[in-house]
Amino acid sequence: MSGLERRRFDALVIGAGGAGLRAALSLARADAHVAVVSKVFPTRSHTVAAQGGINAALANVTADNWHWHMYDTVKGSDFLGDQDAIEYMCRAAAHLVVELEHAGIPFSRLPDGRIYQRPFGGQSQNFGGAQAARTCAAADRTGHALLHTLYQQNLRARTHFFDEYFAIDLLRDEQGYILGALVLEIETGELLVIEAKSTLIATGGAGQLFRTNTNAHINTGDGLAMVLRAGIPLEDMEFFQFHPTGIAGKGMLISEGVRGEGGYLVNGAGERFMERYAPKAHDLASRDVVSRAIYQEVAEGRGCGAQRDHVLLKLEHLGEEVIAKRLPGIREMVQTFLHVDPLHHPIPVYPTAHYTMGGIPTNRHGQVVVPLGAGEETIPGLYAIGECACVSVHGANRLGGNSLLDIVVFGRAAGNHIIEFLKEQRTHRPLPPESLERALERLQRWDRRGEGESVDGLRRALQETMERHCGVFRSEAVLLEGLSKVREIRDRLAHAILKDHSRIFNTARIEALELENLVELGIATLVSALGRTESRGAHSRIDYPERDDRHWLKHSLYYLEGERLEFKPVRLKPISVDTIPPAERVY
Amino acid sequence: MRFLIYRYDPESGAKPHMQPFELEPSPGMMLREALLRLKAEQDEGLTFRHSCGEGVCGSDALNINGTNGLACITPVATLRQPVEVRPLPGLPVIRDLVVDMTQFYGHYRAVKPWLQVEGPEPEVEYRQSPEERDRLDGLYECILCGCCSTACPSFWWNPDRFRGPAALLQAYRFLIDSRDGAQEQRLAELEGPYRLFRCHSIMNCTVVCPKGLNPARAVGLIKRMMVERQL
Ligand SMILES: Cc1cc2nc3c(=O)[nH]c(=O)nc-3n(C[C@H](O)[C@H](O)[C@H](O)COP(=O)(O)OP(=O)(O)OC[C@H]3O[C@@H](n4cnc5c(N)ncnc54)[C@H](O)[C@@H]3O)c2cc1C
Ligand code: SF4
Ligand code: SF4
Ligand code: FES
Repeated sequence: MSGLERRRFDALVIGAGGAGLRAALSLARADAHVAVVSKVFPTRSHTVAAQGGINAALANVTADNWHWHMYDTVKGSDFLGDQDAIEYMCRAAAHLVVELEHAGIPFSRLPDGRIYQRPFGGQSQNFGGAQAARTCAAADRTGHALLHTLYQQNLRARTHFFDEYFAIDLLRDEQGYILGALVLEIETGELLVIEAKSTLIATGGAGQLFRTNTNAHINTGDGLAMVLRAGIPLEDMEFFQFHPTGIAGKGMLISEGVRGEGGYLVNGAGERFMERYAPKAHDLASRDVVSRAIYQEVAEGRGCGAQRDHVLLKLEHLGEEVIAKRLPGIREMVQTFLHVDPLHHPIPVYPTAHYTMGGIPTNRHGQVVVPLGAGEETIPGLYAIGECACVSVHGANRLGGNSLLDIVVFGRAAGNHIIEFLKEQRTHRPLPPESLERALERLQRWDRRGEGESVDGLRRALQETMERHCGVFRSEAVLLEGLSKVREIRDRLAHAILKDHSRIFNTARIEALELENLVELGIATLVSALGRTESRGAHSRIDYPERDDRHWLKHSLYYLEGERLEFKPVRLKPISVDTIPPAERVY
Repeated sequence: MRFLIYRYDPESGAKPHMQPFELEPSPGMMLREALLRLKAEQDEGLTFRHSCGEGVCGSDALNINGTNGLACITPVATLRQPVEVRPLPGLPVIRDLVVDMTQFYGHYRAVKPWLQVEGPEPEVEYRQSPEERDRLDGLYECILCGCCSTACPSFWWNPDRFRGPAALLQAYRFLIDSRDGAQEQRLAELEGPYRLFRCHSIMNCTVVCPKGLNPARAVGLIKRMMVERQL
């Protein structure tokens, strides 16, 4: 261990997506000594793929205010969201979106020069009234615009980047303090110990758990698994969002913005079936509702195509002008992958794994929290934000446009909190040698040689199992079978062998480490899904079809040790307004 | 389907070489999927960058049958066989198809690609008319893949001093943003025979850009701004 290179920083940010970059910007501007580690060059993070936009009640297009946004978010979450965090996010939204505009985001514009806003699913005026237009958009490339702009501002602020460094594990002492991380420079294969007074995890989601997904190859939930191994639980892992409109059979996302601009779904009979499932909101109901509807149409034989295995998203009627101006990226993608022009042909779509609602439990400052007696305690110096975190503003179902908001709101909040924390924490705590050993073992295990199964085959086995056993609809028998299969995959992975043992840019080794992370998250998801014997938001149990507030208005916490579940109450009390009480959820 | 893929293993001491591979393509297969399958089924050591799989992250720019492009949006069915896959030209190779892009990123940073506004910030957004905003179309969408700059002969000859089409496209993106106030400094920084004026309008950049952007045009427009500024 003495041979390892070490660097010391005030703050370590793991992840350079929108969340990590927004936090880093606050830190760099406050002159904190901050290191940002990312396994890919920052602008290649998956925030770049976000399309439709970011929510804020600017009221540029329809009347709006943050109370309505808050109501929609709580309802969208199927009342599992923590209302203090939701209030905080919705109140901060307008200011933060304006700040992003000032930073350079090329938002689309209204004739009077203000930011363009489009309607998105689950948005209403006046607490469930008429559709609101709340989603601020840069055409259908909002994530790209946001990520590049934040990266550019970080360049200006001279943030210190470690590009293409892979974080292996957190370093932790006996008292449970997190002291930094062991990271691997991908290009050279050299290890580096980064010691930090505070560590912020912003490693994004785990969409690679499922075979058909909208996520990038790198979305393997590394930060979530690191936290599990550090003895910290994960919250609400049973809630995984299936986006209703992925390209059928392929998974690439067709933004909700398409329906926001007026596109609609039809089944094999040409019927606009969403009218039956959501009498008021139709195609702009919440995602969980639309995904279940599509699933059901197909399951009952009303799908489209030769196999009747998808439905169609129609947008030809929008006309060339709207498509070229508001949905150019969608058009390009459909032309590339389906070889048709959506101007003339509907798009075949089917639900696809999209967003990790569960994650690392935090409070609204981004501090990681664990249960203590009847309440909670924070882990000093450890933070998590973005898709890997569970604040929880999305609860059981995230609204479109709320994740880009989540990452900037809590990115800033965590950055600011760390600045305060650093004023108290003047020194680095000593790093005991044992803390490194566990992380090193994780890596060295892959040096083993000989005969054994390949990592890639196991990755595919995991993804297929999760898709089949933990999809849109779930039941005890199917989940149990899935769990035993994934446990078996974990055992096989323990004996898998790499053929490539080189040091320089060894992507096979990285993928092995990623798969270890994914497998633990697969088990976390299955165990949590088995535990929750009700249906809420994205978690639909056919054996328990009703929401059960009496028993289940609570968050689940999954611990790696013993693969056990605990629960904690939902924070129903907002900061300054009245609680929005659970009610029946219709769109 | 036959492939010839550039291999370079810096740890072996062996020289770079082209290695033949064969693969039965699936319908609609993109080159990235083909490479992934070769890696999974034939040679775990085959090394390349990739991530999003849909042409937005800019990770997998490669030289494909002599032309730069993104593997993830290049259908293999359209390619002449054997498909020759090489790393982007002109940059140091780290391993196989992975190049060192440090210099490319350096030029990007050097054009100060961030909005610079004088004066206090208002409480609300800066106003920008739809027409002013339209001028950013075809510029801001760049994914920093490097296809253009590494296809540019002027960049091959002067990689240290010529900014290259990608960086210049971003320079122009800020030069014509109605909100930006640093036009004068931006132009001044591009003065001299190299940074901008090495471009001889060879157009390779525009031909290869996988996002359909037109860096050559942007370079031409900056040149015009330079001339107008001197009048
Ligand atoms: C196709 C698509 C479209 C979307 N559209 C919208 C939309 O319109 N509106 C909206 O609000 N939301 C949208 N979302 C959701 C939203 O984009 C994401 O939830 C959000 O961008 C996540 O940001 P993040 O910063 O948390 O993570 P990411 O952007 O995924 O970044 C994760 C970072 O962590 C790094 N990292 C991960 N593991 C490691 C490791 N082991 N070591 C080092 N670094 C690591 C990565 O390199 C990366 O930099 C969309 C999502 C997808 C997939
Ligand atoms: S037009 Fe200019 S920048 Fe583009 S390839 Fe030619 S010389 Fe290079
Ligand atoms: S201009 Fe085009 S080719 Fe050049 S880096 Fe940007 S996206 Fe790639
Ligand atoms: S993998 Fe992202 S651009 Fe090709």
